[in-house]
Amino acid sequence: MDIPLLVFLALAVVTVIGALGTVLMRNIVHSALFLIVSFVGVAGIYVLLEADFLFAIQILIYVGAVATLILFGVMLTRGVRGEQPQLNNQFLPAAIMAILLFVVVLVPVILNSIWPSSTQPAPTATTALLGQELMGTYALPFEVAGVLLLIALVGAIIVAREH
Amino acid sequence: MDAINNLFPNLSAALDSLLRRFLPGTVVDIVMMLVSIVTILLLLPVVFLIMTYLERKIVARIQDRWGPNRAGPWGILQPFADMIKMFTKEDIVPAKADKIIHFLAPVIVAALPFIAFTVIPFGRGMIGRDLNIGILFIVAVTSPAAIGILMAGWGSNNKYSLLGGMRAVAQLVSYEVPMGLSILVIVMLAGSLSMQKIVEAQSGPGNLGIGWFIFAIPVGPIAFFTYFFSAVAETNRAPFDIPEGESEIVAGYHTEYTGMKFGLFQMGEYVSVFGQSCIVTTLFFGGWQGPLLPPYVWFFLKAFAVVFVFMWLRGTLPRLRVDELMGFAWKFMVPLSLANIFLTGILIRLVQIIS
Repeated sequence: MDIPLLVFLALAVVTVIGALGTVLMRNIVHSALFLIVSFVGVAGIYVLLEADFLFAIQILIYVGAVATLILFGVMLTRGVRGEQPQLNNQFLPAAIMAILLFVVVLVPVILNSIWPSSTQPAPTATTALLGQELMGTYALPFEVAGVLLLIALVGAIIVAREH
Repeated sequence: MDAINNLFPNLSAALDSLLRRFLPGTVVDIVMMLVSIVTILLLLPVVFLIMTYLERKIVARIQDRWGPNRAGPWGILQPFADMIKMFTKEDIVPAKADKIIHFLAPVIVAALPFIAFTVIPFGRGMIGRDLNIGILFIVAVTSPAAIGILMAGWGSNNKYSLLGGMRAVAQLVSYEVPMGLSILVIVMLAGSLSMQKIVEAQSGPGNLGIGWFIFAIPVGPIAFFTYFFSAVAETNRAPFDIPEGESEIVAGYHTEYTGMKFGLFQMGEYVSVFGQSCIVTTLFFGGWQGPLLPPYVWFFLKAFAVVFVFMWLRGTLPRLRVDELMGFAWKFMVPLSLANIFLTGILIRLVQIIS
């Protein structure tokens, strides 16, 4: 048994436990905290793949910003030990339909994709390469994504101001 | 002279070769890794003790008091007395608190600042691991501290705690923006994210500090200003200490913590102040470089000088209001640091064209 595989299994267990906790917890704050565990597990997998820049960005954006904002939003709207969300509702058939649809789309994609793997060693200076790719080859998608986020930001402010 | 300058790297190399005589290579690598981890883990609590004493003495001096002067000569045993007090006090958990979250919050807040020291160069060759993403790594691993604070605020089941947690997160998230943008200026000047390379980029002629980025007129001083004030806000220190504002929300997120759990919050704060001082030293004051004295002495001298400025600010400035604080971040610091990045880009290009 080699060490990378063991590390991967440990990280995978952490990620899956985090993901399961997110959907199974009855308290929504606990769910959000389990989501963070899952994010950290994914960040660990990036380290294992020697993608150091992606690791830092995963922690910075997902744990440091997204998860924090989710927690902040939940706590701000529910207060200290506020009322628990209604966990049972009438949408069970719709939910099952949605899951089935998701499975129908996802399973063929997973089965039919060719998963390319390279035997070359990972580049040591990933940040510079990523920067050149984003500013050169993929400049347009990069800028479009930036503009999209800006629009979302402005839209959120307008929606919030109306109330 | 050279032996003193390279004392710690030489010690490490000697230990390495000694172990290699009777242990296999991988084991030695792991042992050496553990040695550097344990060194950092032991160093920081000692720094914490020294800093609590310094803080009390310096603030007392500013306020025209004596400060601690009973425990030992000049009160230098005060940190140990405080430590014994922290460890022996009753640990109270509020009856309706969320026990697990209440327990985990101080652990997270205290543990995260330690991770940043992995990539801080204390001297020539004295770095835990010179990662390629150096400074980005620090920004990334310290940012989840906000989650620890939110957990403390929410887990205590107390409205003042929750308010303090909310304030802390709003503040941390806001000041992370100008902080990251000011780091970007330094990264552009140094051409690398690695802490070791950032230090080397500041060598300058004669090792007298002319090459330090604080002297990279005009962008260096502006970046230093925006970075330093963001750092003060990130560590929740006065005048940006509204998350704990005693007079408004009774110490905020750590209201419901007693004994060593409260001590852990204190340790987290002091270790991150020291961490920020080390980062400021590395980014703007040439890290361990300096004439005559050994590199590690220079590093700690500079770092503690920055720590002193932190305490000086705390002793002399009144606390800001919430709206002033947010306005300062979004309406002043962010535009200023963005303009600074723009200016840096133009200047770097101009220098490239000229030479």
